[in-house]
Amino acid sequence: MIVVEHLTKQFGAHRAVDDVSFRVERGEIIGLLGPNGSGKTTMMRILTGFFPPTAGMARVAGFDVTTEALRLRQQIGYLPETTALYPDIRVEAFLRFCADVRGLGRAGRARVTTVMHDCGLTEVAQRLIGKLSKGYRQRVGLAQALLHEPAVLILDEPTVGLDPRQIIEIRSLIGNLRGRTTVLLSTHMLPEVSTTCDRVVIIDRGRKVAEDSAAALSRHVAGSERTLVRVDGPAASVCAAVRAVSGVERVEVSNGMTERAVSVVVYSAEGTPNVGRAIAAAVVQQGWGLLEMRPLPLTLEDLFVRLVTSEHGSAPDGTAAVP
Amino acid sequence: MSFLALFRKELRSYFVSPLFYVVAAVFSCLCGFFFYTRLIFFVEYGFGVNILGNFWLAFLAGAPYSISMVLLLVMPLLTMRLLAEEKKLGTIELLLTYPLRDRTILAAKYTACASILLVLLAGTLVYPAYLYVLQPLPWAPLVSGYLGLLFLGLSFIACGLFISALTENQVVAAIATLGILLLFFVLTWNEAATSPPVLRVLAQVSMFDHFETLVRGVIDARDILYFVFFISFFNFLTLRALESRTWRGR
Repeated sequence: MIVVEHLTKQFGAHRAVDDVSFRVERGEIIGLLGPNGSGKTTMMRILTGFFPPTAGMARVAGFDVTTEALRLRQQIGYLPETTALYPDIRVEAFLRFCADVRGLGRAGRARVTTVMHDCGLTEVAQRLIGKLSKGYRQRVGLAQALLHEPAVLILDEPTVGLDPRQIIEIRSLIGNLRGRTTVLLSTHMLPEVSTTCDRVVIIDRGRKVAEDSAAALSRHVAGSERTLVRVDGPAASVCAAVRAVSGVERVEVSNGMTERAVSVVVYSAEGTPNVGRAIAAAVVQQGWGLLEMRPLPLTLEDLFVRLVTSEHGSAPDGTAAVP
Repeated sequence: MSFLALFRKELRSYFVSPLFYVVAAVFSCLCGFFFYTRLIFFVEYGFGVNILGNFWLAFLAGAPYSISMVLLLVMPLLTMRLLAEEKKLGTIELLLTYPLRDRTILAAKYTACASILLVLLAGTLVYPAYLYVLQPLPWAPLVSGYLGLLFLGLSFIACGLFISALTENQVVAAIATLGILLLFFVLTWNEAATSPPVLRVLAQVSMFDHFETLVRGVIDARDILYFVFFISFFNFLTLRALESRTWRGR
């Protein structure tokens, strides 16, 4: 449904998107994951035909983004990052305007009603968009993107700035489209990807760093587990003792060192069971107090550090990571 | 269909904002005031044979108490938001990712603003009507005068729309438009500052000279062509400005 090949976008000396290739199959929900300023929005603007790429090729729903932009735009629904909407118009009137601009005609009226119902907008149909909460405005943005039952839905950070309940609502809305609509959404939040997306393309500074299924990605992320252990004992001996536990790969003393207690971050290999139990046993055996032990979740930053700096740099699908 | 929807939306946004009503009120009040004071002036001191004709010329094209000057002041306020607001809100990205051609968007905005111009000008029709009831006068200058006002207004819109495409700040758009239009308008007003050959060239470029010919009741193809060229040129520039997203970053 979406084919991207060696896509590059240059703004002066700045290369916003750098030789990115990936494919999205029909009905897939794919996440474009990357920190702010990594080129996600630029990529989406190219895919919506907003501006053409400097080099490379992209086809969405069978249409080339450069030469067939107009027909491509009939096939896509797009939610821009800023949820750009006219503030001085009522929800229903705005959606009717969108339907008319798309030339949906009589059928458009019925679609407006359906989409308002699907997006939970029926009770605010007569409210001015400018007076709506951010969550509702996001839903209006999503509603206008869904009006014409597009083959491909492109959502730029659909859940940014929403409260947790609204995030869950938007996610379930997107989840309901699974199998029917191809969805490409961008985000800089890891949980977003694991809950909504079938597959993830990770980009950093315009380059594709990895591409994988969400499950494989979490496994990759979990590749080596990190545990924070705070022990009431002498730093050097604690490190040595923990290091000796089987399955432990590396031990780092973190900054949280007080007079008596020492905090260490333990890196252990993936799939070694009961490392935690073994560490606890080792600590207790030495007669030290185990003050705290908890797994450290991997953040996007950690993931990037890992993907971008890994020397053998090969992501699970064989994509070379950027050194 | 999409043109109509866009056109309706543009027109609607004029009528829901207080700006239009304030601008229309200011325009009508100033025109009424100038009509009254100019008419009194010409009736009292208008020696000569063609008092009403001279009055008409002064009322439409005289400086600075004329319809054209008021139009020059208020039109930038009506064109400033056309594209600048969409850029500010980010809705331009929505429009440009809809299956719309740039020229459809431009045409809808231009036509909507032109309709507002027609509304403003229609409001001033009471003055020639009143004049005609008072004292019948040749209708040719009346008709060609309004043709001149229409072309003038349409040129203002074309220029204003272009400036509005360059910035997302409406105030900047209005002031820049006013500056450019005023310059085009007064280019030949100070004859002492230019040598005759330069003046001849400037007269070709000056908006005022072409407008004045029309107000005198002379419909010359060259003047019409001037305005058509002016409008097309700025609309061409606006299209290029919209299109610039395809060859440069934001």
